Amino acid sequence: MNPIINGIPVSYILGLAGILFSIGVLGVLIRRNIVIIFMSVELILNSVNLVFVTFSKALSHISGETVVFFVMAIAAAEAAVGLALVIAIFRHKKSTNVDELQSMKW
Amino acid sequence: MLEIFPLVVFLPLVGFLFNGFLKGRIPHRMAGAIGTLAVFIPFLITLGAFNEFRPMERTAPHLVSVFDWIVIGNFKSSFGFQIDQLSLYMTLIITGIGSLIHLYSMGYMKGNTSYNRFFAYLNLFIFCMLNLVLSDNLVLTFLGWEGVGLSSYLLIGFDYDKSSAAEAGMKAFILNRIGDVGFILGTGFLFWFGGSLQYLELQTNLNGLGEFANYANIVALFFFVAAMGKSAQIPLYVWLPDAMAGPTPVSALIHAATMVTAGVFLIVRLNFVFLLAPETSLFIACIGATTALFAATIGILQNDIKKILAYSTVSQLGFMFLAMGSMSYVAGLFHLMTHAFFKALLFLGAGSVIHALHHEQNIKNMGGLFGKIKITSFTFLLGTLAIAGFFPFSGFFSKDLILEKAYTYGSYGTILWTMGIVAAFFTSFYMFRLVFVVFFGKDNTDSHHKIHESPWTMTFPLVVLAIGAVSVGFLQTPHFFLHIDTLERYFAPVLSKGYELASLKGSLAEHKSLVHDVELSLAAFSVAIATIGLILAYFLYQRKGNPIVEEHTGFRKILFHKYYIDEIYDFVIVRPFLFLSKGIAFFFDTKILDRFFLNIGLSFGVIAGGLRRLQSGFIGDYALYVVIGTFCILVYLLARGV
Repeated sequence: MNPIINGIPVSYILGLAGILFSIGVLGVLIRRNIVIIFMSVELILNSVNLVFVTFSKALSHISGETVVFFVMAIAAAEAAVGLALVIAIFRHKKSTNVDELQSMKW
Repeated sequence: MLEIFPLVVFLPLVGFLFNGFLKGRIPHRMAGAIGTLAVFIPFLITLGAFNEFRPMERTAPHLVSVFDWIVIGNFKSSFGFQIDQLSLYMTLIITGIGSLIHLYSMGYMKGNTSYNRFFAYLNLFIFCMLNLVLSDNLVLTFLGWEGVGLSSYLLIGFDYDKSSAAEAGMKAFILNRIGDVGFILGTGFLFWFGGSLQYLELQTNLNGLGEFANYANIVALFFFVAAMGKSAQIPLYVWLPDAMAGPTPVSALIHAATMVTAGVFLIVRLNFVFLLAPETSLFIACIGATTALFAATIGILQNDIKKILAYSTVSQLGFMFLAMGSMSYVAGLFHLMTHAFFKALLFLGAGSVIHALHHEQNIKNMGGLFGKIKITSFTFLLGTLAIAGFFPFSGFFSKDLILEKAYTYGSYGTILWTMGIVAAFFTSFYMFRLVFVVFFGKDNTDSHHKIHESPWTMTFPLVVLAIGAVSVGFLQTPHFFLHIDTLERYFAPVLSKGYELASLKGSLAEHKSLVHDVELSLAAFSVAIATIGLILAYFLYQRKGNPIVEEHTGFRKILFHKYYIDEIYDFVIVRPFLFLSKGIAFFFDTKILDRFFLNIGLSFGVIAGGLRRLQSGFIGDYALYVVIGTFCILVYLLARGV
């Protein structure tokens, strides 16, 4: 395994990915606006993509980058459906605050 | 007739099914006729088969297999009949006396709304009883054994809207079940040792088995417990007197002629086991003698005409078991037949009296009936003479044979004989008490009703049974009188194998041969005893102004209350059992078991109540759970070291 990619150590990139992931998780947990939560989820997905790409480079193996394409495609689809849902809910509730959206519980 | 012999068993079944299924749709007269024919035709077939079988010459039984019933591995039980001297003898008694009783019932039950049901039950009973005696293996015998138990339950509780009848039915059923445990255990043991349940195979397989001889006493004891229940021996006799709650023909059929003799039959059928078990046999003899004496004393002060006869039956069964225990099976079977005749006669006679007096059963309200109902009183008198053992009526010969065999039986013979002769004295006394009070004493009947003789359907059986009660004793007579030994020769083939086995093992009972003078004096003594009973009854109940109002003080009070045996059973067994059951039902069940299982249910409710709080509906909460869960998994994986 090559520990350095283009002069940057792998551990640095993994650290960045970890920070991005944590920010994303924190965003999901503490933000109330559903659009922001979506953005945080994108952040999480991208941090994972970064890890995939990093290892793909470090191991000189194409499979990691392949997975990234799948993740991006799924993320795009999810965003499309998710945003449609958000718009529908907003029309109904006049709000994007998730704390007001708890009527679906049993 | 041997080739159509299975019809003997199946015709009563057909009668039962016919009357049972069509009970609401056919007239009473037809149901009665079909019920009676369903027993009478088998009687004719049996007579024919008896002729064809030539029982005095032939030694091997005739086997008829109808179909294989249960086949599991090398265990096989077929629906098969063993026709030999013993089963033919029993079948003749059952179908012969049975059809007379059926005929009698046609008159006695007239006007009863459940007439057809009654005949269906009677036929079912006969079907089961025939299975019991004709079966060639223990399993089918057990089917019949349980079947008569069921039928007797149905018949005793026939008037089920009377609580006394329903309770008597249950009592009979439960006490019989207690005995049946013995039957099952004994059957298991025999299968273990003999590898088969067919009587003939068992007989050959147990031949020369040294191992079995050591257990013969236990196996015999188990079967005796079964016989105790069916044949109403101490301590399981209490159901029989109560069973008088059933209609009178039932009492005659079940409690005199057929079902109660099943125990005697079983012992003779398994004679090859009992002959190997001298200790158990002695025990049987003791129980038999005790029962004979004990029940006879209770009979003295009873006031219900049927109860007196019921205790008399228990007592006479005691005599039969005394014979069984003394290993003189012929004597027991002889008494079985004579008893079937005279006791059926007495029961039916009592039924005729009850019928004439419009369902009056208390002898205090009877009296002076002699001459008013001629046929009934005359035949009843003949029956009484027979049961009391007067020469030359049938009871004399059979009872004397038993007493003689008991007298010569081992070292306890004299004691057993003494108990027997005292019982015979009481028998004579209570029977003549009954006769004097009912037929000769002061008229205490309710004079509003006109006393009338019963219809021919009832008197005809009385006459036939009376002829039997007088004459059948001549099948076997003692040395000093004619010296006929027909029965002994007749039963020899059935018993020979057992005697052979027993003499090999050396456990054959020693019957000292009697000097003819001694035999004669024994017989004379027992006739004298019976006469004293008669005279005593005459003085107490006829001469001394008919003291029907008897004081019940001291011992007489105990006698009147039948030694308080029912009360003792109630106190010692029933109450503690009920107490225990209630304890289990109301304490253990509700306080412990119910609480345990309810709390299991409740605890799931509590857990669910806690968990449902986690489902808040807030997206943030769910996300947090995911994070916490992921974190936990990560910590676990790191701690374990991937």
